[in-house]
Amino acid sequence: MTAILAALWVTLKLATLTTVILLLLGTPLAWWLARTRSRLKAPLSAIVALPMVLPPTVLGFYLLVMLGPEGPLGQLTHAIGWGSLAFTFWGLLLASVLYSLPFVVQPLQAGFASLDTSILDVAATLRASPFDRFKTVVIPLCRPAFITATVMGFAHTVGEFGVILMVGGNIEGETRVLSVLLYDRVEAMAYEQAHWLAGGLLIFSFVVLCLMQWYGQRLSHQQGEAR
Amino acid sequence: MSGHEHSSRGQANHTSEPQVGDLERADQKPKRQPLFDVQADGKNSIELSLKLLRAGEAAFELSVDLTLPSSGTTVIFGPSGGGKTTILRAIAGLEPDVKGHIRINQQTWQAPGVFVPAHQRRVGFVFQHSALLPHLSVEQNLRYGWQRVGGTAAEYAQCVEQLDLAPLLQRAIGQLSGGERQRVALGRALLTRPDILLLDEPLAALDAARRSEILGVLERLKQTTTIPFLYVTHAVDEMSRLADYLVLMKGGRVRQAGPALEVMNHPDAPLALRDDAGVVVQATVEQRDAHGLLTLQSPMGTLYAHGPAHAPGDRLRVRIHARDVSLALSHHSDTSMLNILPVTVLAIRDGAGGQALIELSAGNQPQQRLLAKISYASVARLNIAPGLALWAQIKAVALLV
Repeated sequence: MTAILAALWVTLKLATLTTVILLLLGTPLAWWLARTRSRLKAPLSAIVALPMVLPPTVLGFYLLVMLGPEGPLGQLTHAIGWGSLAFTFWGLLLASVLYSLPFVVQPLQAGFASLDTSILDVAATLRASPFDRFKTVVIPLCRPAFITATVMGFAHTVGEFGVILMVGGNIEGETRVLSVLLYDRVEAMAYEQAHWLAGGLLIFSFVVLCLMQWYGQRLSHQQGEAR
Repeated sequence: MSGHEHSSRGQANHTSEPQVGDLERADQKPKRQPLFDVQADGKNSIELSLKLLRAGEAAFELSVDLTLPSSGTTVIFGPSGGGKTTILRAIAGLEPDVKGHIRINQQTWQAPGVFVPAHQRRVGFVFQHSALLPHLSVEQNLRYGWQRVGGTAAEYAQCVEQLDLAPLLQRAIGQLSGGERQRVALGRALLTRPDILLLDEPLAALDAARRSEILGVLERLKQTTTIPFLYVTHAVDEMSRLADYLVLMKGGRVRQAGPALEVMNHPDAPLALRDDAGVVVQATVEQRDAHGLLTLQSPMGTLYAHGPAHAPGDRLRVRIHARDVSLALSHHSDTSMLNILPVTVLAIRDGAGGQALIELSAGNQPQQRLLAKISYASVARLNIAPGLALWAQIKAVALLV
């Protein structure tokens, strides 16, 4: 039981931190992708979307190499005295941020792209600075996109497995998350615990998706009323 | 009148020198002779010199040099696609691609190397489609700009009262009619303490009843405020009711600019080529009879018109359409026409639709023009030629205000 609680704690910590970091990094990135006419848009969009099609083990492998003592990131972290990030929680966090990036950036980008930009001109003539406009106009009007991005980022991080096994391994209390624990229990033929874990993750995913659907329906209902 | 023949270049000789600094120095040393004409040298004026070259499929060139008065209503009038809206957006700082100078009351908002960002320009902007912030209530919309300029409670209360916004304050934006939206947008813009109020076809999205409601609001407003209005429209009635100063635009260039009545009544005005050719006259109500017939005093002489809602002493504008003016060699008393004025023929021009447009000087005022649209057959029958004295009979005087 303590093994499950430890894994639950690592999972929640990882998913929460990943989501927060992704909202902070993904918002400007999504804004830029939604607005730009730069030629860099296509390759950058592709890079953002890569984790959706790449086997997680590929991403995990390259991260492991980069974070290792011979890799550029590994050398950097050694130079500043952090040691190697591979098989640590922080290495796991970096991997999760990259792996869940498209699940946060893409809903935000779609929300920003559908925003009528003339409303920002209006706010500018009402003396709102660019940051003020973002805070008081873009965020409230794109709230559904932010909610989708948050839920998807969190849920997808809870559900990851391959990258974590490659980069973080299976250290209890440090890098062992629920999905890895499940794999571990199945390997150990401990099917009862495996059932609890699998069922729990299944119900979690189902409830999250239900809430999203329900929220989407309520929103389109409200918009129908406003018209 | 050569003063009307301003090309967009000739209009602003003074802007051809890099005079931004010169003007400031001229103000600091009042003894120095004025360098420029009265308007440009006065403390407050609106100086625009704008250039935009947009290549590609929607190729478009805007080239405008204007000095506008810093009070009253300036109407920028012209067909759609002529660059009118671009001028307003450039003044507000929303068109970074437009190059040139923008100076409003001694503040430079734009010059080479200078671009004051939109949110630091003291403008009020009323957009064509009211563009209220949809996630906020009416009250929150009004407070949005007001808070950001540090407006006072008194300013807020006065604006709400003046525009009759109190019944709307708690409503959501989706519950407003088109006319209510524009009233809120107008109030919201005025609450930002603007140095200039920019109105981009604010009535275009409204039905006839709402249009006349908001037009009335604007007319009252322009009498109670000192903020200059810059009003873009392609509707003749809005232009002739509101304009104190008039800029005629076409194809990205200024065709004519000047005091509104002069430009409107000039026979070379492009307006005269249209079916609604006519003149606009400022008049004062002298008396009103039991049937609502108004006796008006105008520079043209006494005019009679039906005006239900006007009282003696009101100042108003009337429009006399060329098609409503007929000409006679003698004064007829056996006619239903009330308005019969002595006129002298100045010129005979080609009007639209194969008719002649006769330019007349009215009454004892040689400067006061009147236009009559009659057939070429009548021109021949009456031997109409420049210098001939005639009587003009005006069928109807359309009240504009």
